[in-house]
Amino acid sequence: MRIENHPVLDFKRGKQISFIFNGKAIDAFEGETIQAALHAAGVRVLGHSLTLHRPRGFYCAIGNCSSCMMVVDGVPNVRTCVTPVREGMVVELQEGKGIIE
Amino acid sequence: MFEKTGIASPEMVLEKFPPLSRINKGKVAVLECYRRIPCNPCETACPFGAIEIGEDINNMPILHADKCSGCGICLTRCPGLAIMIVDTSASEEYAELTLPYEFRPLPKKGDTVFALSRSGEFVCEALVLSALNPKSFDRTPAVRIRVPKKHLYDVRNIALIDKEG
Amino acid sequence: MITCELLVIGAGPAGLCSAITAAKSGASVVVLERSPDIGGQLIKQTHMFFGSKEQHASTRGVDIAEILREEIARYDIKLMLDTTALGIYEDGMVTALYKEEEYMKFKPGAIIVATGACERFLAFPNNDLPGVCGAGAVQTLMNVYGIMPAKDVVMLGAGNIGLIVSYQLMQAGVNVKCILDAAPKIGGYLVHASKVARMGVPIKTSHTVKRAIGEDHLTAVEIVALDDKFNQIPGTEEIIPADTLCVSVGLTPLCELLAMAGCKLSYIPQLGGMVPLKTGEYETSVPNIFVAGDTSGVEEASAAMVEGHIAGLCAAKRLGHIPEDFDAQYSSLNRQLMALRSGPAGEHIRQGLASACLNKEA
Repeated sequence: MRIENHPVLDFKRGKQISFIFNGKAIDAFEGETIQAALHAAGVRVLGHSLTLHRPRGFYCAIGNCSSCMMVVDGVPNVRTCVTPVREGMVVELQEGKGIIE
Repeated sequence: MFEKTGIASPEMVLEKFPPLSRINKGKVAVLECYRRIPCNPCETACPFGAIEIGEDINNMPILHADKCSGCGICLTRCPGLAIMIVDTSASEEYAELTLPYEFRPLPKKGDTVFALSRSGEFVCEALVLSALNPKSFDRTPAVRIRVPKKHLYDVRNIALIDKEG
Repeated sequence: MITCELLVIGAGPAGLCSAITAAKSGASVVVLERSPDIGGQLIKQTHMFFGSKEQHASTRGVDIAEILREEIARYDIKLMLDTTALGIYEDGMVTALYKEEEYMKFKPGAIIVATGACERFLAFPNNDLPGVCGAGAVQTLMNVYGIMPAKDVVMLGAGNIGLIVSYQLMQAGVNVKCILDAAPKIGGYLVHASKVARMGVPIKTSHTVKRAIGEDHLTAVEIVALDDKFNQIPGTEEIIPADTLCVSVGLTPLCELLAMAGCKLSYIPQLGGMVPLKTGEYETSVPNIFVAGDTSGVEEASAAMVEGHIAGLCAAKRLGHIPEDFDAQYSSLNRQLMALRSGPAGEHIRQGLASACLNKEA
């Protein structure tokens, strides 16, 4: 969900685009991060922890904590809270350490 | 208790109000700044020199009610949103309060809203006399409401009435 | 390799102000910023700032960022965005990474480290559950990207950030259930507390989180009252349904680069943790490495801006750019800092800074 009427801020959103998350198309705006767009679409779980497989969500949203790492266009361990979303991007939950081909 | 809840006691509130004799003459500011913090925009903003902080910006503001015109410029400049304008001169029955309200939607003139206390509790219903948000207020709108005079010292906020319940 | 006079690391309030003042004094300045935009945390501060006119009091943080942006553009300052400083080496070289694509080397005459601070965390069961996040994180979502961060929030921490973010959440249309703080008193400015209290949000001092509850995502928070020794009082537990628990338990300086450079650090709790020792000219124990802002002690952004101006002035002096009115500027800026810190709200800062003083001759 996006904020439409704010008492202080006027949000200037970029072009509407779409990307793929776990096989589903998700709407986003250019200029948003992957994590922000997923959050707007109601996605809270971004991956699972290495050993105990506990769900992982965003924590800091400024690239410090690594809790939001996902697989983006086949590349694992991408900090989605500081990575801009792009048209057609394929984003997947991060499970384990990831595979680099 | 104030240090635990952020809610000023009735005695603290009363101390910040100008005397009723002054409020009965017309609009005047109430500076609800209860603790020393480094801040002085109210003093800088007042065109009449009615607010005094002085050399040490940690001083609490003192209102010179005789110089205050109730213009409300300070209300929109206070970073703590700690200032309101009060006036009991307009009628026998009602007090008029002007409050900062930085939320959406803004009420409109003629609306009935809930008047809330310093702890956010319902006090009474209130009629909105104006809701101004010109550019010069820099996105801190000022909402003027009318409440029964007996609630002059109790009301500090408003809530819109949710029509759907 | 890029050779430059002054390299500023971080384009938040302290870094930008140091760049502006150094450039005004005649230094040529390069600023490294890891984000795609300047302003640091200013860009999510929708509230009006405290202080006085010199620190843009009564102006909203987002607007101060724009004022600084315009000032930066007027001087000899090269901004390098999306560029993360990685290390400061023994020969004074600085390495950086542009967009995770290109490594770069800088050879500066002097460095100002203004990397800011990061949020602290708290240990409690299930604190890793999605829905438990930093207060700064919800600010990013709602104030930078305009995204509803949550429906129902429990805020942990009644310092200025916890109080301000609670208010901002309500401005975005989020329901704030309550604000908890383990301390017996509210830590932030009481005007901020009054703002949320009159919106009907209870501030529960001497309370903390016992555990986060939820399977895949937070659904509730169990809170508990604390006695005067911070022990949980059995039987006072309460379960509050919420989809988000915001953690706002203070900040800690980001001084890894300074540690790598060999600057003397000291643990000073009043300043937020490990901080560099510094001289009155904001120089660390390593010559030509200066600091400003939260990196050298967590404080309000108003103080960070003034510190930035002082560090910029002094670093420029070191590089041979000494404005005619150096003394007047230096003492006027110090007077501003003293004014900001002289009240009861600045007591811990005054104590902390007294221990962070570096006597160069010693």
